Amino acid sequence: MLAVTPAGLYCARGGFHIDPWQPVERALITHAHADHARPGSVSYLCAAPCAPLLAARVGAGAEVRSLAYGETLTLDGPGPGSGGVGGGIAVSFHPSGHILGAAQIRLQAEGAVWVVSGDYKRAPDPTCPPFEPLRCDVFVSEASYALPIYRWDEPAAVIDEIVAWWDAAAAAARAAVLFCYALGKGQRILAELALRRPERTVFVHGALASWLALYRAAGVRLPPTELVVETQKGRAFAGELVLAPPSARGSVWMRRFGEHETGFASGWMRVRGTRRRQGYDRGFALSDHADWPSLLQTVRETGARRVLTMHGFAEPLARHLREQGVEASALSTPALTDED
Amino acid sequence: MERFADLFDALDRTTSTNDKVAALSAYFRSAPAADAAWALYFLTGRRIKRLLVARALVEWALRESGLPGWLFEESFSAVGDLAETISLLLDTRSGGTPERLPLSEWIERRLLPLRGLDPAMQGRMIATFWNGLDRRGRFLFNKLVTGEFRVGVSHTLVVRALAQAAGLDAPTIEHRLMGSWEPSAGFFEQLMAPESAGDRSRPYPFYLASPLTEPPESLGPIEDWLCEWKWDGIRAQIVRRGGQTFLWSRGDELLTDRFPEVRTAADALPDGLVVDGEILAFRDTAPLAFSVLQRRIGRQKLSEDILAAAPVAFVAFDLLEQAGADVRTLPLRERRSRLEQLLSGCGPHLRVSPTVAASDWAELAQKRTQARDRGVEGLMLKRLESPYKTGRRRGDWWKWKIDPFTIDAVLVYAQPGHGRRAALLTDYTFAVWRGNELVPIAKAYSGLSNDEIAELDKWIRQHTVERFGPVRSVEPVRVFELHFEAIARSSRHKSGLAVRFPRIARWRSDKSPRDADTIERVLALLDAQR
Repeated sequence: MLAVTPAGLYCARGGFHIDPWQPVERALITHAHADHARPGSVSYLCAAPCAPLLAARVGAGAEVRSLAYGETLTLDGPGPGSGGVGGGIAVSFHPSGHILGAAQIRLQAEGAVWVVSGDYKRAPDPTCPPFEPLRCDVFVSEASYALPIYRWDEPAAVIDEIVAWWDAAAAAARAAVLFCYALGKGQRILAELALRRPERTVFVHGALASWLALYRAAGVRLPPTELVVETQKGRAFAGELVLAPPSARGSVWMRRFGEHETGFASGWMRVRGTRRRQGYDRGFALSDHADWPSLLQTVRETGARRVLTMHGFAEPLARHLREQGVEASALSTPALTDED
Repeated sequence: MERFADLFDALDRTTSTNDKVAALSAYFRSAPAADAAWALYFLTGRRIKRLLVARALVEWALRESGLPGWLFEESFSAVGDLAETISLLLDTRSGGTPERLPLSEWIERRLLPLRGLDPAMQGRMIATFWNGLDRRGRFLFNKLVTGEFRVGVSHTLVVRALAQAAGLDAPTIEHRLMGSWEPSAGFFEQLMAPESAGDRSRPYPFYLASPLTEPPESLGPIEDWLCEWKWDGIRAQIVRRGGQTFLWSRGDELLTDRFPEVRTAADALPDGLVVDGEILAFRDTAPLAFSVLQRRIGRQKLSEDILAAAPVAFVAFDLLEQAGADVRTLPLRERRSRLEQLLSGCGPHLRVSPTVAASDWAELAQKRTQARDRGVEGLMLKRLESPYKTGRRRGDWWKWKIDPFTIDAVLVYAQPGHGRRAALLTDYTFAVWRGNELVPIAKAYSGLSNDEIAELDKWIRQHTVERFGPVRSVEPVRVFELHFEAIARSSRHKSGLAVRFPRIARWRSDKSPRDADTIERVLALLDAQR
């Protein structure tokens, strides 16, 4: 059903690629992170809530179509010689719980069902519906955090830590600058804060701002936000929370905050040495990916007889599954830029 | 342990020295004295002697977690730290409420009794301890039990925090921390007490000279300065109190028994006296090479032969206490003249460091060129009106060495040599301090004797922290004096500097890692070169 080609995962029978890393005719996109949604393809298909994000990511000129979660569309290959034996492939998008609009892609032809997980998590997230377990024959799973050291605490507990850190910084008359990926993690944190401090303004870097408008338009409740560059010159940021992408760190943009503390919200912060090497004051292990127990749980729930793993620790996950009696192998894919 | 873990977190989460001092001082104020004493013990870089081998810890962690060995290895290479890997792997969220037990009880009732038990018993006990701890508790426990506990805080900050907590000045605390001490409640109470009877053997904190990086003319008229040879030996203090003599090295080592000639000579001095100086191998009127002195260090028994082959002298240059009174605030001029009176006629084993007379800086510079022939490192310049300060304070004491490219660095990595030395760990990497971090500065292969290489090889194998292929990282505690020919900026090195022809001048077993040089000092050498 699927093969790894230089352009990415390819389905000859349906005539499409999934999250291709080179421009193609028809791309099915799991979610709008830059390492999964690359510009240049002719047409794109994604889950409905992903469409505005994807359009913004791949730019004008590309055709972006979408399906509601669960809706089925049958796709055919480019014609004779494509290997199609009539009937094409029935594709549908199902929530993966990763970020707004993120989906697993389910493929069905004759009796066989394949599911490509895209990036996913099992922990609750107020910006998107929860992961939907799907029964399938072959499950293509991400493996970004597929080591037993990666085990997430409850998100509520991590958000409590972030709030406590913000309060402590405020008590010391400092700004709290929290680095997080501009699409997904930033909005998730804001949505969590909206549940606790709905009226409190949070300051944001420009890289988050355009996505914020799209999230609000999608009906995600966020607290008031203010763009840092639009604040009055000389404004004091003591006591404020600022969200910014990691790339803003060390830039002149940071100078305005005066005395401040830095934090980074990412699954990588689970490991102290990683945080220390990167030099953040605080690390908050808040991830949009599945941790080790969730990966194993998900594989079990799919009932898949075969599992293909990709991204991150694909080899260890495949080996572990094999040792548990599941047919599993790692797909060799190029190293992707890290979005969490 | 909770309070100690909170302190560890607080220190781990900030790079601000003020925040660190505040966290430390709050801890020292609130913790029970027995706990605070242990915390201080670890914070000042002391460690419990290895209780068990790391490999055994891994085995027990595998058993507890039910993971296969290869998955543990994968995890370990992602984390890079054994104690943390284990704490993360055992974090299965099902652990009960952590047991609240003070740090001192953890150490004294649980950790220390592990020593000498058979491995199976150790394993059972450790598994029980793990069950009673949460994630960070397990992390700290693992660090302590493997003797790897380290935290990014300097000696100076700890002293400042203690002073703040006790309402005393930093030099008083520094003084009370000198010498050897036991991590007991009694010790900590004495340390923090407004008045301390103290240990009568205790030396004073040493005043250290700074390298002269400007031309000496910048120091003003030469008449304001006392000039002496810079001796290449072991810096030490003779303490005469309560009718006893103590000889302390700067590395807080009690050397009294190692140098009986010095002790005998010092026994004749009046009571209530502290003298600062240098222990040297010395014959007749001239010092012998440091390597001769080294034959005396580390030797348990001193035979007649070795006493004859490596005669020593204590060359005194300052007076810190007289008739039981601290005289460090008197001007050097006065301290020096009292010292000369006190030591006249003490014999060859206890002498006063002669002054080097010169009518101007040019003449002194001329005399400095004799240094190598005299077996000294260069000149010391000391302001005649200055008090005896604490630590390395710039301004009053300068060392004007002949070889500007000398640094003290800490051994951080080792790997096997080539050819004849392939079986020995002889390729060393050395580091200097950047803040609280050690940055590699030089690789050196030569300079040690075969005996020293063998000894160091054995030590490295016993104190390996991590292995990266053939390279081992070692506990950063061994200090070496390195010499090199030139220094240049380099973007290829983490330190930003490259040194030319580095070699080991000698093993400074008298120095502790915090005595090693800083990157700033090395940069100053770079500037001095121009």
